[in-house]
Order: sequence, then structure tokens, then C-alpha cells
Amino acid sequence: MSKKPTKKQEVETTGHSWDGISEYNNPLPRWWLWTFYACIVWGVGYTIAMPAWPIFKDGATPGLLHSSTRAAVAVEIDRYAKANEGVEAKLVAADLTAIAGDPELADYTRNAGAAVFRTWCAQCHGSGAGGNAGLGYPNLLDSDWLWGGSIEDIYTTVQHGIRNTEDGDARFSQMPAFGRDELLEPAQIDQVVQHVRKISGQEYDAALEAEGAVVFADNCAACNMEDGTGDRAQGAPNLTDAIWLYGGDVKTLTETVTNARFGVMPSWSFTPEGGEPRLSEAEIRSVASYVHGLGGGE
Amino acid sequence: MALLDKHSVIEKNATLLLIFSFAVVTVGGIVEIAPLFYLENTIEKVEGVRPYTPLELTGRDIYVREGCYVCHSQMIRPMRDEVERYGHYSLAAESMYDHPFQWGSKRTGPDLARVGNRYSDAWHVDHLTNPQSVVPESVMPKYGFLSNRMIAPEYIEDRLKTDALVGVPYTSEMIENAKADFAAQVDPDGDYEGLQTRYDAKVNVRNFDGKPGISEMDALVAYLQVLGTMVDFSTFEPVASR
Repeated sequence: MSKKPTKKQEVETTGHSWDGISEYNNPLPRWWLWTFYACIVWGVGYTIAMPAWPIFKDGATPGLLHSSTRAAVAVEIDRYAKANEGVEAKLVAADLTAIAGDPELADYTRNAGAAVFRTWCAQCHGSGAGGNAGLGYPNLLDSDWLWGGSIEDIYTTVQHGIRNTEDGDARFSQMPAFGRDELLEPAQIDQVVQHVRKISGQEYDAALEAEGAVVFADNCAACNMEDGTGDRAQGAPNLTDAIWLYGGDVKTLTETVTNARFGVMPSWSFTPEGGEPRLSEAEIRSVASYVHGLGGGE
Repeated sequence: MALLDKHSVIEKNATLLLIFSFAVVTVGGIVEIAPLFYLENTIEKVEGVRPYTPLELTGRDIYVREGCYVCHSQMIRPMRDEVERYGHYSLAAESMYDHPFQWGSKRTGPDLARVGNRYSDAWHVDHLTNPQSVVPESVMPKYGFLSNRMIAPEYIEDRLKTDALVGVPYTSEMIENAKADFAAQVDPDGDYEGLQTRYDAKVNVRNFDGKPGISEMDALVAYLQVLGTMVDFSTFEPVASR
């Protein structure tokens, strides 16, 4: 450290003098000066040791340490893949129904499945899997399933998705747009909506409902069943419970009957040309097992 | 040091001072500028990366205008947790046509470098309109007004020319057809063959917001849906020195 001069005379001046004002020639603080020199040495050493100068066709000078973050991440990913290899092979080979009973697989799928769910599923089904009533993203915690709640059904749904165009095995069904395609008169739609209100245990208009029951039997019962309890083979929802995907009020029901709904879920086993599948078999099994274990699994 | 004591000579001779100053600035300049001439070497030779279509480019301008980069990065770093969550780490080639790049430096929201094709258009519209409707814990502002702002590609040719000026390989054919391509991308019932020939057969042609007309929502969703989807990773070979 440079010391503050006690008397002005002790400090040299540069010899410059303008209008009687002269300039001190104080030395730079030593700690600063040596840090500065050390930085220069460090900088030169760094470009020699680490990748630095982009002078080659395929990149930069590799450096004496051959450091590469891209190579390091490949090693790191490989290390974890190897660590999980055993349990993942066991998971892929296991019978789906046996996963929950095997402590090792149950433990693994609970954690791995939760990670997969938070990364890929939470955006629509919610981070707690509570779904999003109103926007048509189903709740996965309750026991109300559109396409079935057994581990095999959930697995198939995750594997191929629903109504997507990318996977030929995707679950598919399509409700007719009764209003838009003029299959029903607006008056008939009002009637059938009242019938759905009745079977779902809500307030309804009895006069309209009587006609609506006939409309329902003629147009809706084939998929949603005579009593409105739905059909899982076609993803037709149960209309008699109080659980709604889009809503059970008159306005929403009218919209549903008029324009129909077409909820889509991606195929998670989908593999782009020349690429990796979105989720590996072990990941699909993990997340299916995780969802199955959330409370509503059958 | 004796040599350093002679600086008074330089200080008293304007020509000498100029010459030596120039020498010092030249060294600094070479160190900073010369590597830029070798920038090409740092970009991986991969296939698939193409310039943005006029609609995507417009969406990108909206992305920049709304300051999305303040909360969302577009740079997946080569770290295991990021690769597991977002997908393959970002390549230099993927942002070579970005002026300016959108790498960002802060993630209040998730990284968007590979958000393309990850969600449906309807999800994006729901989410942009009211983020909390799909992600209750989100702190993202609402961008529903984008749906009401209709856009016409008035200056799109100039926009493409500007990017071409700084090195984006827009052909004269692309620039001439910019207005037509802009409209073609949101009309799956129309003739979009030209658009796909000029850019790529994989170009998404959809009515992105599901409503008639071309709104800023269409453009932004078109941009989001192409992010990170261009590179054909079968042509990518990692090189140790990157």
C-alpha cells in the first residue's frame, strides 16, 4: 500500500507545471499493480490451457487441458444413464401391474415419474395433477377417467396420446358438432342440454327436458350410453357425475353440443425422423405408474 | 526504468504521440476484431437451420418488442439438468440468423430455446391470453391484447432486406414473395406450396390462433412453434474443442 505523504515536499513531482500547478508522481498502489500483472499472466495462461482462439475449421484451439463442456455433459448424462440402467431394464421388462408391488420399481417410478410429470405434463394437467376444469385438461387425481384408469389404460394413453395426428395408434373419437353441422335444431339442443342437466343432478326445466330425453336417446346414447354414464372405450365422458371437463352450466353445455369438443394429448412415444422418442419406454412406464399412484388409479 | 522515463519525449512531440497511440490502439483492435473474421469456425455445420419465414420473423419482432427475453432465455447450456429438462443443448448454428440473438441472461420463466412443437397452438393462445389459467403459480403478465391487434405485412419486404444486409440468406425470391408468404402461413386451405419450397417443407402452416384474420397472436405463436425445431440432429457431430 502506498502511504499518504505526511509532508508535500516528500513526494516527487513529474516536473510539469502549468500556471504554478504541478503534478505529483505518486506510484500506483502496489497491491493493484501486482494484481494487474497477475491478471495478464493468468489471461495468457488461460488461452493456452483452455479452448480459446477460433482459428480452425472445426472450432477453436483445444487448449492443453482439452476442456469441453459438451464432452463433459455427455459423460455426465452417460454416468446417470448407466446408474439407472439396471432398474430401467427391470422396469421395461416388468409386467405393468407388477410395478406397484415391487418396492424397488415403486420407489423408482414414484420419483422418476414425478420428474417426467413436472417436465412434460404439468403445463396442462397442473403441477399437482389437478387438471384444469374449464379448459378441458382432465384432473388426474380423482377416480373419473375418460379412457380408463387402470395402469394399462394410463400407459396406453401416455404412450400414444389422444386425437393427435402424429401417432396412428392414438386414442381417437369425435363427437359430432350437432349445432354447427346442423344435425340438431337449436331448439333440440336447448332440450337435450336440459336433459343433461337433469341426469347430472342439477336444476332443469322439466318441460324442455321431456323432449330432451328423446333427443338424447336418439343422438347421444350410442356413445354416452342410455343413462349417460359414458363409455371409456370411446372416451365418452360420464355425464351423471358432477365432474366436468369444460363445464356443466347451460351456456357451456350448449357450446359443447353445438360445436363439440376435441381435446388433444400428444403422443409421448412419438419419434421424429432420425431422432430420439419424446420419452423413453422407461420414462413412459414411470409416469404412467406415477399417475396411477396419485389416488385415482384403478 | 530508463526507457519509461523517456515518455516526456513522446508527450512533447505530437507526431510521435500519434504514431505510438495508433500502434497501441491497433494491437487492441486486432485482439478484439480479428477473431470475428473466424466466427464461421465456431458455428457447427448442421443441416436444417433456415431463415425465419416472414410471419415467424414478425412474431420474433413482437417477442422482442414485448421484452420476452427479459424473463425467458433461449440458450440451453450443456449441463445435465438443462438437457434433461429442455432438450439438446443449444447450438451456435441455431441462432446464426438471429439479429439480435435472444439468448437472454435471466430465467424468471423457463428457457424457450426448444419450446417449438412442445405444446399445442391452443395451449399457447390460452397461456398467452391468461397464463394463470393453465399455470396457476405463474407470474407472467397477460398478453391477450395480441389477439385483437391485426397486422398487415406492410414493411415485410424491407424487414427481410434488412436482415439480408447483415448476412441472413434471404433470396431475392423470398423477398419478392414476402407478403404472399406472410399470408400463406396462416391459411392451411390456401396455396402454401411456394412458401414451403422457398423455406422448408416442414414449415408450420396453420391458423395459429384459431380465429379469422392475421393477428399478432398468430405471428407470435408461429415464432414460438418453430423455436428449436429446425436442426436435423442426425447431421450433428459433437466436436471436442467446442
